[in-house]
Amino acid sequence: MIRIQDLSVAFRSPVLDGVSLHAPAASILALVGPGASGKSVLLKSVAGLLRPDRGEVFVNDVALGDRDEAGLAEVRKGIGMLFQNYALFDYLTVGENIAFPLRRLFDLPEEEIQERVTERLVRVSLPGFEERIPRSLSGGQKKRVGIARATVARAPILLYDDPTAGLDPVTSQKIYDLIKGEQREQQSCVMVISSDVAGILSIADRVAMLHQGRIAFDGTAEEARTSQDPLVRQFIHGLLEGPL
Amino acid sequence: MSRETLFALPARVGAGILSVADQVGGMTLLLGQALRRLFPPRVDRYELVRNLHRMGVQSLPIVIATAAFTGAIMVIQAAPLVIRFNARAFIGWGASFVTFREVGPLLIALMFNGRVGANNAAELGTMVVTEQVDGLRALAIDPIGYLVTPRILAMVVMIVALTVLGDGVAVIGSMITGDLLLDVHPRTFIASALPMLGPWDVIVGLIKSAIFGLMIALTSCYFGLSTRGGAPGVGRSVNASVVAAASGIFVADYLSTFVLG
Repeated sequence: MIRIQDLSVAFRSPVLDGVSLHAPAASILALVGPGASGKSVLLKSVAGLLRPDRGEVFVNDVALGDRDEAGLAEVRKGIGMLFQNYALFDYLTVGENIAFPLRRLFDLPEEEIQERVTERLVRVSLPGFEERIPRSLSGGQKKRVGIARATVARAPILLYDDPTAGLDPVTSQKIYDLIKGEQREQQSCVMVISSDVAGILSIADRVAMLHQGRIAFDGTAEEARTSQDPLVRQFIHGLLEGPL
Repeated sequence: MSRETLFALPARVGAGILSVADQVGGMTLLLGQALRRLFPPRVDRYELVRNLHRMGVQSLPIVIATAAFTGAIMVIQAAPLVIRFNARAFIGWGASFVTFREVGPLLIALMFNGRVGANNAAELGTMVVTEQVDGLRALAIDPIGYLVTPRILAMVVMIVALTVLGDGVAVIGSMITGDLLLDVHPRTFIASALPMLGPWDVIVGLIKSAIFGLMIALTSCYFGLSTRGGAPGVGRSVNASVVAAASGIFVADYLSTFVLG
């Protein structure tokens, strides 16, 4: 479960301004909103990668604000994260990338690590890709390897930063199915950023829309579709006329 | 002259001094953080071995070639004076002394900076802009213990090892050139060098080499991890790292020559 309370982050200008949000356990929360509305900053704050100027993030009721880097690392062991640019390690093979968190964080026998890597690769429809290097993969394949790495440790909280950016509709739908399937199996708490509104609404339990660093909407996917708020309506339905 | 023009120069000088102070402070903090990971040791062994290999073993061809030619060039440059003053008996000592104390550590450090330092800054910079460093943190891996400390250790160890090898190759290069050009037999070359050289002459060069290695490691890690602004930012970091390390090497060489004698 993730709880965000009055979160504010500023770099040169405010990026997040008093954001409060709740992502219940065993659910998918979709974060949508126009570009530069603070979605990625919010996700990185939840992972403890950014320190907010004000407010607090609670991950499974643990406040991140009072923790030092070592304390945050402990919390992050329970979080899996997919980055927008995949963040795959160039100098490692696909198999080594996926095995990375298992080898570094858990005391598992090598056979079990190999089994879990193989199982993850089958799960993301990339069987036999263990020895490939990340730069030889397409964008969609890199995303799927990123998902495999994010989920291999079976963390109860999963954060996905735009998992379908730049992908064709078929690959995007495969990735959404994968995220939904994983979430159902692990009963994990998932936060997903996506600019593909129609796709993300098809798998989300709840939707939060960010606009200019503030929460403009927070409700179910159905409520988002039927909202009469001009801002939400324009964004969700992709209308040209409106306040955006 | 307008008021703005009058104050522009001191303002730029002041900004430059602040920037250098910021960088030196940042590198000092980074060194402190990296050293803290050694007590107790929290260094990634796989990364240490990987870096020892790619920074040391893969630098062998360039170091051997540079050292061999440097040794030969020293003798070629000295040849007219050696012949004029009939100083053949001193060529072995002269070439070895200069190689061990100065030319070997300095040239190998500059080559190491161009090859390993630039590569390290580019790799870390790319990792920053492609979110790989954030990816490590998200996986609960300490980037200093995983990325910085192994690289600092690998660079210091490998530059000293390469200097030992490079010194040897440079002296052999001098000896062969002396034999071919000045008709100084290798036995005469060695006989002129050994009695006049002490262990301290070699140790001074190796201490300098370790200092240069630390300087290259710190600048390349600092500028690499400070990268901002995508691919152009990586280019700027590499450039800043190579220039800062090269300048630092000369300053450190000047100071250490005074201190070490």
